[in-house]
Amino acid sequence: MAEVRAEMVANVWKVVTAEGDQVEDGDTLVILESMKMEIPVLAEEAGTVAKLHVAEGDVVQEGDLIATIS
Amino acid sequence: MLESVLVANRGEIARRIIATTRRLGIRAVAVYSEADAGLPFVREADEAVQIGPPPPAQSYLDADAIIAAARQTGAAAVHPGYGFLSESAAFAQQVLAEGLTWVGPPPEAIEQMGDKINARNLMHRAGVPVAVGSADPVTDASAALAEAERIGYPVMVKAAAGGGGIGMSAAAGPEALQTAFDTARTRAERFFGSPAILLERFVERARHVEVQIMGLNDGHVVALGERDCSVQRRHQKVAEETPSPGVSPQVRERLLAAGVRAGEAVGYLGAGTVEFLLDVRTQEFVFLEMNTRLQVEHPVTELVTGIDLVEQQFLVAAGERPGFEPLGVQHEGHALEFRVYAEDPVRFLPSPGAITQWEQPAGPGIRVDAGYETGNTVTPFYDPLLAKLCVHGQTRDEALGRARDAVAAFRVAGPKTNLPFHADLLASESFVSGDYDTSVVAGLRP
Repeated sequence: MAEVRAEMVANVWKVVTAEGDQVEDGDTLVILESMKMEIPVLAEEAGTVAKLHVAEGDVVQEGDLIATIS
Repeated sequence: MLESVLVANRGEIARRIIATTRRLGIRAVAVYSEADAGLPFVREADEAVQIGPPPPAQSYLDADAIIAAARQTGAAAVHPGYGFLSESAAFAQQVLAEGLTWVGPPPEAIEQMGDKINARNLMHRAGVPVAVGSADPVTDASAALAEAERIGYPVMVKAAAGGGGIGMSAAAGPEALQTAFDTARTRAERFFGSPAILLERFVERARHVEVQIMGLNDGHVVALGERDCSVQRRHQKVAEETPSPGVSPQVRERLLAAGVRAGEAVGYLGAGTVEFLLDVRTQEFVFLEMNTRLQVEHPVTELVTGIDLVEQQFLVAAGERPGFEPLGVQHEGHALEFRVYAEDPVRFLPSPGAITQWEQPAGPGIRVDAGYETGNTVTPFYDPLLAKLCVHGQTRDEALGRARDAVAAFRVAGPKTNLPFHADLLASESFVSGDYDTSVVAGLRP
């Protein structure tokens, strides 16, 4: 199980993957937006998206869980 | 002179505009979102009206809320600052229709310059050099490929309605063009509400040099010197200086004349900036775009000319003569600006957060235009600009020395800032020598 967390306070602009999707290392899971910049959140290992903890429009704090990859 | 002004902006620029209103005895009205209630600009205004929740669309971009605030406070004029509604011809029109004074150029000038393709074509007709590029919007990927073949690679792909470097990228060949085109179109639709894309020939070694102009009520347009804005990350400016160390007196004369011609072509009034790309090898320059408002980096021009550009904007808006002699402007010494962003200094990723320490430098030749102070929180809703550290010296060397000391003395805790990047920049041979181009940041952060 790998946990992907937010690096900063941001708004969730786009959720690009869905639970159950197969992802590769480096695939974009979610795109955050902070300070007029888009910040892609990437999978750090290959696996299955077990859980997405955010939805589009959510506000995440630094360290918040975004996705769980198994 | 104007009796009162509503400042339709936030952060450092709202505070900077309010500083001039106080000096001139003009009543200042601030508008602010819920997120900004504790910022200095709200306190320093004579009156302040909360106009909505944090997202820009519901506050600083809500034209009706801003107009309502002007009515409620009896403000006589609206200064839009930069960004937000500053380049909205529709907003300018709405302000004028309310019987208020618009501190900016005529809406028609904003409209003509707002679309980059239209502006290119207009400048071309006015005899201002433009890059080889699109005369019409590029609508799909196959049209982009054909256009790139005609122009020749590498090409720059841009949103026609865009600005701030958003959605802009260079493509070396057809494959990269496909990606660049898709990115540009997505961002163009999302940020600017228009999918129109243009392509231009990419200049490999270029300096970004812009001309500050001021359109006067007697019909004259004067140029107040150039600014070099080649220090950029993600096509966004990080540091600027005037005079440009890469511009010879002959090139400067041509640049300033082209800036004036650009302003005259649209009947420009007030402060505006004409941006050019200067090819380092050939010393040829081409028109990039015109910003029909006060520019972020205007303080460097103020430092070398002694002219308060916001005051001139107010005078022009009030139908008066400028407060300086148009033909007698003297440029003294050298000035630089360093944008202090809330971002990590290596990857340049945003870093919002609560400010637990804010100590800004002061002293001879130092000017800090700051939007924040200790106790404020930097939120993710707006751009990451915290402050502009500006320095002035009799020579470029003196100004660089002052900048090094000032960067070292600037202490911000809480959000990460790019101050360590500025220290690196000020220690780099390329920047210090003055012989740098738009790739200087990439060279420092490979």
